[in-house]
Amino acid sequence: MQLVEQREERLGAGARIVAFIFRVALAVLIPIIAFAVLYAGFLFLRAGDAPKWLITVVAIIWGVGGVAALYWIFNWIVEMLPDQWTARLQPFVFIGPAIAILAWYLAIPTGRTFWISLWDRDGPQVGQFVGMANYVSIFTDRMMREAFRNNIFFWMLIATPLTIILGLLVAVLADRSKAERLFKSLIFLPMAISFVGAGVIWNFIYEVKPADAPQIGLLNAIVVGLGGQPQAWPAFTAIAPWNNLFLVIIVAWLQTGYAMVLFSAALKGIPEEIIEASRVDGATEIQLFFRIMIPYISGTIITVTTTVVIFTLKIFDVVWVMTGGQFGTDVIATQFYRQSFIARNAGFGSAIAMILLIAVIPVMIYNLRQFREQEAF
Amino acid sequence: MSGSHGQRIRSAILVNGALALLVLLWMIPTIGLFVSSFRSREDITVSGWWTIFPHRAWEVTEKIDPREIGLDATGPMQVGGIEATFEELRAGVSTPDGKRVQWIGNRRIGFIEIQEKQWTTRWNFTLENYNQVLNGKNFEYKRPDGTVEIIPGDNFWGAIFNSIAVAIPSTVIPILIAAFAAYGFAWMNFPGRRVLFIMVVALLVVPLQIALVPILRDYAALNINGTFLAIWLAHAGFGLPLATYLLFNYISTLPREMLESAFIDGASHYTIFTRMILPLSVPALASFAIFQFLWVWNDYLVALIFLGSNPDYQVLTMRLANMVGDRGQDWHLLTSGAFVTMILPLLVFFSLQRFFVRGLLAGSVKG
Repeated sequence: MQLVEQREERLGAGARIVAFIFRVALAVLIPIIAFAVLYAGFLFLRAGDAPKWLITVVAIIWGVGGVAALYWIFNWIVEMLPDQWTARLQPFVFIGPAIAILAWYLAIPTGRTFWISLWDRDGPQVGQFVGMANYVSIFTDRMMREAFRNNIFFWMLIATPLTIILGLLVAVLADRSKAERLFKSLIFLPMAISFVGAGVIWNFIYEVKPADAPQIGLLNAIVVGLGGQPQAWPAFTAIAPWNNLFLVIIVAWLQTGYAMVLFSAALKGIPEEIIEASRVDGATEIQLFFRIMIPYISGTIITVTTTVVIFTLKIFDVVWVMTGGQFGTDVIATQFYRQSFIARNAGFGSAIAMILLIAVIPVMIYNLRQFREQEAF
Repeated sequence: MSGSHGQRIRSAILVNGALALLVLLWMIPTIGLFVSSFRSREDITVSGWWTIFPHRAWEVTEKIDPREIGLDATGPMQVGGIEATFEELRAGVSTPDGKRVQWIGNRRIGFIEIQEKQWTTRWNFTLENYNQVLNGKNFEYKRPDGTVEIIPGDNFWGAIFNSIAVAIPSTVIPILIAAFAAYGFAWMNFPGRRVLFIMVVALLVVPLQIALVPILRDYAALNINGTFLAIWLAHAGFGLPLATYLLFNYISTLPREMLESAFIDGASHYTIFTRMILPLSVPALASFAIFQFLWVWNDYLVALIFLGSNPDYQVLTMRLANMVGDRGQDWHLLTSGAFVTMILPLLVFFSLQRFFVRGLLAGSVKG
């Protein structure tokens, strides 16, 4: 640093001014060129008339490279400033983009959605202000009551415990098996499958054929094999509460692996001595499970339950692909989607989104409290 | 002593048996899909995929043309040692010696089969389904009564490229932004640092539904609806809180002395970040990247809303969901299509499973 300063002093005032102008010009030009290149890339991608593979390659390079380039440019500009300003501005080069995106995509929309929810179907620009009317209708609408019933009863009170119990069961069993990794991998595998794909898989299992034809859906094949009548499992009004259960099974199938991995890690954290000591004291395996293991991993059970509850609250894909929310399987998120994007009722849809947000506020408070307790900051 | 040994073996058998049963239950849906995706349309519609395993089924031993032996289909007929009407033969009639006689097709051009129960497997597999799903080839299906039905294929290649073009930047961009931010929060001093980080933690659980309507309006105003940029930014926005939180947890635990000595050597924040922090954080970055990649690849709702207006940019999940809606009975296409959507995530899952699980463990704190 000192060397550079000395040399600059020797250069004299004229050269220093030239250097300064040159720096400023670069600092202006480089961003302009960069933005021009990025914009050209954007136009190329939006036109979309090149071959698909080329578009994909350009998209990846443009998207990933563009973000990296922006960081580099902004940092370069900031580092050219006097040291004092560099120190002051550099943190905002680092965290600025994250804060801007978080604000744009999550923080500000919370307020905006609330504002839209106070208007009728056409929203704030041309619509009419209706105050809390949308919220009143949410709780009086028959379809919404059904959605709440399904979300709370089937998804929160059945799907969540089912996932937790199955995950815990597999974790405890696998802990005692020599082939632990294999068993756990296979249970965990559905985590890599999309809900849409899972919808296809399970639609096939629930598939129904006329009574005189051979059944190609596994479930009906079993029912017929046992002497029963084939049933249209998920999409049949007459068995309205049951179709929800068939959707719940799909989600439990997908999510058990998630719960299992976390429980398994927590179980490994129980000190061996405690388990040995209680075995020596003559505790049965059942007592061991309920008196030692469950209390020891209760923290993990709470966090896993929390995530699964949030997940089931937002459940959408499976229901939408399997039944489209028909036949009494609607949930809050499918109602939200239908109102906001199909019925184009922005006010009502936004009010539904606000209800989802209000439902997660306790979890948010819990998170913040945990964060404060850890006090890593 | 031998008693406890026997007990231990018995409990091991019990544990492994229970696990094997559970794993079998867990695998059956995927296996069924996988097997079906290689069976012909005809096989899928007339028999369950489990018929690839040895089973007893009616096999044709003799074919009789009723016109050749002069049968009159309007009244009772003598054939194969039994007497039955056309309607009864249509349903199939058992003979005293354990065979079955069945009329296939209609009254005028049908024929009679003599069937016998035999051990058999339906073991003919084909790649034709994949050809149709990927390359959009039409499929001609000849019904038993002779008419031909044409079933359009589907062109998944375009959707595969779209999914890649969506998923890779949607994975890298939020991680890059989050890594910068995590470093900033962990190792830089600036006003509002604590408040801003509390915002990140609070946003961890905000449901993305809250943002969809306002963001769609912004996109309409900016005229970027239905572009890759729109969906990358959306995935970046929704993935950022978790990414920032996890990477902060990792980066803030790196040893302070190491960073300080770099500062003394005259390195800037940017140099330290790119030369030291990023390479050191590879395990954390990788585990979250896998998590985010699977999440984006399997996403349906965000793609439906931000890409829905542009059919050229449809991703695989949308394509498959459309197929479920339009052609819910074409199982040969649905099963192979579903498997196509699963190939890449399954590869990622199996090859990087260890990182994936680690990322999940780090994420267990969040909601």
